[in-house]
Order: sequence, then C-alpha cells, then structure tokens
Amino acid sequence: MSGVWVVLEERDGRVSSINWEALAAGQRLGKQTGLAVNAVVLGAQTEALAAEVAAKAVTKVIRVEHALLSSYTPDGFTLALEQHFRSDQPDYVVFPHTYQVRDYAPALAARLGQVLIGDVIAIGDGPVFIRQLMQGRLSGEYRHSGAGTCFLSVQSGAFRADQAEAGTAAIEIFAPTIDAAQIRTKPGQPFRGSAQTVDLGAAQFIVSVGRGIKEADNLPLVQDLASALGAELAASRPICDNGWLPIERQVGSSGQTVSPKLYLAVGISGAIQHLVGMKGSQCVVVINKDPDAPIFEIADYGIVGDLFEVVPALTAAVKTAKQ
Amino acid sequence: MKIIVAIKQVPERDAPVRIDAAGKWIDEADLNWALNESDAYALEEALQLKEKHGGEVVVLSAGPQRVGSTIREALAKGADRAIHVEAADLAQRDALGVAQLLAAAIKPENPDLVLSGLQSDDLGYGQTGVIVAELLNLPHGSLILHVEKTDTGLTVKRELEEGWFQTIELPTPAVLTIQSGGNKLRYATLMGIKRAKTKEMRRVTAAELGSATAPVAVLEHIALPQKQKSTQILSGSPKETAAALVEKLKFEARVL
Repeated sequence: MSGVWVVLEERDGRVSSINWEALAAGQRLGKQTGLAVNAVVLGAQTEALAAEVAAKAVTKVIRVEHALLSSYTPDGFTLALEQHFRSDQPDYVVFPHTYQVRDYAPALAARLGQVLIGDVIAIGDGPVFIRQLMQGRLSGEYRHSGAGTCFLSVQSGAFRADQAEAGTAAIEIFAPTIDAAQIRTKPGQPFRGSAQTVDLGAAQFIVSVGRGIKEADNLPLVQDLASALGAELAASRPICDNGWLPIERQVGSSGQTVSPKLYLAVGISGAIQHLVGMKGSQCVVVINKDPDAPIFEIADYGIVGDLFEVVPALTAAVKTAKQ
Repeated sequence: MKIIVAIKQVPERDAPVRIDAAGKWIDEADLNWALNESDAYALEEALQLKEKHGGEVVVLSAGPQRVGSTIREALAKGADRAIHVEAADLAQRDALGVAQLLAAAIKPENPDLVLSGLQSDDLGYGQTGVIVAELLNLPHGSLILHVEKTDTGLTVKRELEEGWFQTIELPTPAVLTIQSGGNKLRYATLMGIKRAKTKEMRRVTAAELGSATAPVAVLEHIALPQKQKSTQILSGSPKETAAALVEKLKFEARVL
C-alpha cells in the first residue's frame, strides 16, 4: 500500500480550481491517516501540468503519459490508471468530482473490485465520507470497508483550493501500455450549445425559478418580480428541460455559474447540481412552500409560503420601495 | 435494435423523508413512489429509437414488490416486456452490488443497447450504468442527450460542463446513461395502460442471479444536513413578509 493519491485533470492546458480542492482534500486525508500524499497527472503531454502540481506539498508527482491519452476517452483513462494503480496500490485515491471523472472513475474502481464514494462534501474522523442523499434533503456517512483501495471524488466547493499547501515534489513518468484498438469510443471536439446572448455570470440581481412554478403560463409572475428588481430571470434545470426557458438561462453545474449580489430562488428545492452554480451569491433569498427544501440551508432570508401569493406581494413591495 | 432500459423506482419528489429507527435509511412506510426522472428520459429515448428503427424495448428494474407499479407504468408507455429483479436490500448494496445484479440480468438477453438514467434521485450515485458497462465489457457514454443509430454503431451527443457538448461515436452493443431534457416525455395512453396488463413481466430473484459481494462503500448513518448559513425565516401574511424582506434587503443586507 502506498498512501494517498490525488488525480488531477487539465482542460486546454489549464487546471481548474476543483483539482486544487481535490488536492487539499487529499492533503487533509494524508494528515488524518499519517500517509504520504502523491499526485497523478495524465495525458499526452503532462510536463507543464506536472511542474505546477510539483510545487505543492506532495511527495511525488507521476506523469501517466501516452499519445492515446491526448483527448479524453473512458477506455484510455481507465486503462492507464488501472495499470498505474495495480503497480503501486494506494490506500486512497482522490478525484475532483467532474463530469469526466463521473464518466470513468466508477469503471476504474469496479475493475479493481472497488466502489467509488462519489460526490463527497466532507471528510470526518475515521475517516468517514459525507455525501448528500435524496437530492440534498439528507446527508449520508460512508465508510470504506475491506483492505483494498478507497476511491473517492470530492464535490466542487467542498474543500478550499487555496488550502492546498505548497511544497516541492519529485516528478516521475509512468508509461502505460495502451493499444489503439482498446479505445472503443471516438470523441469529437467540444462545442457550445447555442449562441450565448445572456451572461448571467455578470448579473448583479437574479430571480431564479424552479419546478414550484408548475406551468409555463405562470412564468410572467416571476418575470414581473425580475423586472421590478432590474434582475435577470434564471431557472433550475427542470424548467429548461421542459423548454419553458432557454437553456442559456439555466443555473447550475450543467448551466451557468453565477455570483450576483442578490439571488432570489423561487420554487427551487436546491439539488446540489443547482447549488454549485449559485452558492457564491452574496445574498440568497428563498421562497418555497416546503420548509425542508435543501435550498434553505444556504439561504440568508427565507419565506416559507405559497409562491403564488408571496411573489406578487414581493413585486408590489419592491415597486413601492423603488418609487 | 434490442434495447434494455434499466429503471429505478424512487420516493416521489418532495415526499416527506423520515429517518428510520436504525438511522441507516429512510422510513419507507407511507411513502409514494415514482419512476426516477432521468430513467424516464432513458425510456423515452429507447421508445423513440424503436419507433425509428424497430426492435424491442425491455425494461429492467430491481427492488421489492412495490417496483411492479413503476414497471407497469413503463410498459404502459410502450415498452414491450419487463424483467423484475426481486431484491429487498438495494439500499444496503453499494453501486457495484446493484450493477452486478443488473449486469447478470442483462447478459443472457444480449441487447444491442443498454440505457439507464444518469443518476437516481434518492441515492444519487450516478454510477450504475458505467459499472454495468464495465462488468459487461461494453463501451459506454454518460450524460447523453441524444442518440442516433449509424451503420456501424451510434453517434451520441454528450453534455459537458457549463453549456458545452461533445459528439461521440461508439460501436454497439453499448451502454449509455441518459441526461434529462433531451426529449419530451410521453404520457401513457388509456390503451397503453390496458395493454400493459397483458405484457410479459418476468421475475427473477437476486439469489438466482448470483451471490452478492459484501459492500465496500458502506452507508453507516444518515442524518439531516447541517446548515451552512444562519437563515432568517420571515413569517406573516404574504404582504407582511414581502415588506419585511424588502426592508432587510435594503438596510441589513444592503443589496437593494
């Protein structure tokens, strides 16, 4: 067994913040267990990325490098990491919980007879791993059992990227054996869904609407509130899935990430995929009829009530205040 | 094309959740149940593929007896037949344990395509489809919004983060996990509901599909989430709370 390993990924030569969050989680796990912390970077050309990671407090950085890893495929990444982790069996492997990791880490863990504990939001003594259940209405405490490697992925924002400690590490190269025929899927170039005409990221005020609005015909109610506040109208995923608002107004992990001065969530229950897109907001107001809706957990102000009564009253109050 | 759609019955959205006496799972008494949302989109994608290219849609679901009602719903929407894996211990199994059950049920069917939803609304592991692909040694794609059949296999549209997408080509047989929103969901017709009663629903027990491996990711304890912020709840009539909120936003939070 050989300590804690953190797997970092890059996109277009950039390491996004969630990777440093995963590294901070790995360092914390290392302190808790007394194990050494190492890092893995993988791709076709990993020199620059490895150098960046080697400036952190890790023992060594392994460059898992192969020409067939130049663009991501689940087969390529699974094979490469499987070979590396079979030769150097870790106690823990920590991933950032990205869409890419969700696509291959469960297969990698299964191939090694293990299960990924995904979407971890906190690590407790033991260690135990906390993740959300029932769309955020409950939290569950998981323990890894048995002698094998414990695989986990950490949710965006659960650990602080700026707490990833600096240091110096040795860099080594691991060359996996991959045959082109083993890669069964052919990925195309990423593209943007539609021309972006709304930049929610720059909005100061956002009124966001969820399932609680019930029907598309009820949307003018929240549009009126947004107009009174001078706010952009946004939505949670189900509203855009139904085609009631264009997808460019969707806030969350699959939509836009926003950090306005005021985020007013109307009839949104607050699944984690939505929360990661708006939890950087300065002031969060929640209107929801369900007092147990998880979105209240991150609210500064909450109104438990029927949105069809509260929203018109609020629109009127805002208009009066602005006169 | 022979398509298997793995679906899950989950507690209805916004159902009140109470923690059971052991603190390990929710109290399932008096709960209403529904088809998991992304699984509904997986079923829709399968039905549309069948309408375009012919073939068969088989729904597969694991769980106790109550799961039968969700399977009937899928049959009423147009699936041809169903396999119900009878298992009462789903919440105690980890993602690998559940995937082993499903993979064992899928294997003898030799499907061209296996679809499932992206993740369940209760446990939310988001892993079952990917592990099933691994266990069956099939290529997979996750977060898929659109599936097109080609001469050599499939071309699928995959959702990436923050409004980005990607097209992937893969051979069949394959496993895809479907993201919600790619299609418009259909309702069951009266005729469909009537027909569903005569469609085949084969039952197999978990034990018949092989012994379960002990879970390695063990859910030991569940609890209500800890609050991350101190929330001021404003109460009163709609007019009073609206006025109080505007006051707070102006003079306390100073954002208006």
